[in-house]
Amino acid sequence: MSKLGSAIFSRLVIIIPYAWLLFFFLVPFLIVFRISLSTTAIAQPPYEPVFALADGLSGIWAKIGEFSFDNFVWLTEDALYLNAYLSSVWIAGVSTLATLLIGYPIAYGMAQAPRSLRPTLLMLVILPFWTSFLIRVYAWIAILKPEGLLNQFLIGTGIIDSPLIILGTNWAIYIGIVYSYLPFMVLPLYSALEKMDNTLIEAAQDLGCPQITAFWKITFPLSLPGVVAGCMLVFIPAVGEFVIPDLLGGSQTLMIGKTLWNEFNANRDWPVSAAVATILLLILVVPIVFFQNAQAKAEEQGR
Amino acid sequence: MNTWSRFNIVSVVLGFAFLYLPIVLLVVFSFNESKLVTVWAGFSTKWYVSLFNNRGLMDAAWVTIRVALLSATIATVLGTMAALALTRYTRFRGRLLFSGMVYAPLVMPEVITGLSLLLLFVAIGLDRGFVTVTLAHITFSMCFVTVVVQSRLLSFDRSIEEAAMDLGATPVRTFLEVTLPVIAPAVLSGWMLALTLSLDDLVIASFTSGPGATTLPMKIYSQVRLGVTPEINAACTILIGLVAIGVIIASIMTKRREVQRQRDEQAAIAGR
Repeated sequence: MSKLGSAIFSRLVIIIPYAWLLFFFLVPFLIVFRISLSTTAIAQPPYEPVFALADGLSGIWAKIGEFSFDNFVWLTEDALYLNAYLSSVWIAGVSTLATLLIGYPIAYGMAQAPRSLRPTLLMLVILPFWTSFLIRVYAWIAILKPEGLLNQFLIGTGIIDSPLIILGTNWAIYIGIVYSYLPFMVLPLYSALEKMDNTLIEAAQDLGCPQITAFWKITFPLSLPGVVAGCMLVFIPAVGEFVIPDLLGGSQTLMIGKTLWNEFNANRDWPVSAAVATILLLILVVPIVFFQNAQAKAEEQGR
Repeated sequence: MNTWSRFNIVSVVLGFAFLYLPIVLLVVFSFNESKLVTVWAGFSTKWYVSLFNNRGLMDAAWVTIRVALLSATIATVLGTMAALALTRYTRFRGRLLFSGMVYAPLVMPEVITGLSLLLLFVAIGLDRGFVTVTLAHITFSMCFVTVVVQSRLLSFDRSIEEAAMDLGATPVRTFLEVTLPVIAPAVLSGWMLALTLSLDDLVIASFTSGPGATTLPMKIYSQVRLGVTPEINAACTILIGLVAIGVIIASIMTKRREVQRQRDEQAAIAGR
């Protein structure tokens, strides 16, 4: 009886979330792919369906011959899309690097802090994450505007004479991404650095190793899992970021998330936006798999 | 030897200043008399008054709260199940695909998730509105719940579960009376995370919502595009205040539990 109950319980615990994710996560991707192969139509929904379930197997087979790769061909022909992909990857890459450079000293400082202080510091890093993403991006508009608080401060203290133009440039996007994603970088770095055995550094220093060499030879390599996790957590979502380039960037800013949004909402070209999403996904598959392997390894260690 | 060097202190202080200054400025300027967000003209709470008279914003807030409460609760149930499946049953068919589907949404760009869910809803003929936003929010936030609960389950001493089963408790009863009380703080923080993710979401909601189900972030976004106003600052300040109160209550509760647990342990040792 208990054996049977146990079997039913374990089945349900697996099957319910599994079915949910299959239907609401995996199937939608297949639909995106399907629609990316169809052609635009002035209809509701605005695309010519490639195949419907009603066609049956033979109908589906017949229609595979009608697959249209036009949308993908079109994406490669229009330089706008290629540039948007390249500049998204570039902006995300630069921002990830900047986040790492800023986040590492913070995480390191936190890990070195007195033990009694650490929970509070950790809490302070997590807290901004709980406030709205949109609000945090919005807050920067008032700071970076030409007549904004940063320029008021810099002119007031006499550091510069004329206001810096930051809002509407890529600089604003870098600042926005670094700011919004900093906790994602600091947390994995901190958990990697906090576990570290300080006696290793002491041993190295006792043996005459300078502090900086000890850092590069011991601390940094041991914190690499945290570096990888942090960079993936920042880079992958940043490539497809929409809110930050839309609110902080200018009209000439090209990022693929924004392009997709415009293609979908303004142009109502569903097949092309589905094709844009498909390629974006293909670009991100490598880092996502990389991230999942790291995650699985961490899970394995925790066991 | 644990020296907190000057360099470490400076980097932590500067880091926190960077994290908090924009939020502090935003809150300060919500009490500004002037319509300009960047020029201080004296203290005033008039933007809060006009905020509460803004029907559109209030309606959107109500929609957002309902979506968030409903989706966070369902996401917590599903996410906890998924966490149990991943930690308790290490071998079942399709586990790799399952764990992939759990971790991928954590980093998936929102535009892709939003677009793909919308196309699903169109394909199955579901009208966009309250239901579709809620379904979308459940899907992406349940994975965050899974990660939070999973980390607690991994450090869980399974022998007490086995003891309960050996003594004849059914799996459901074991879960409800042994496992759940232990992982409750993680489940609660997973729920809170799902709640804030839902309250916060703009992109996925914009794709999956329809007329009549405009959420607060969608409303704020459309107003921000028209320009920065102190009224938005006031709305943001209220949201920040609510989150801060929630986090403070949660941390006090965790602390209380911790103290209680230590007391229980000491009593148990003393009574032995």
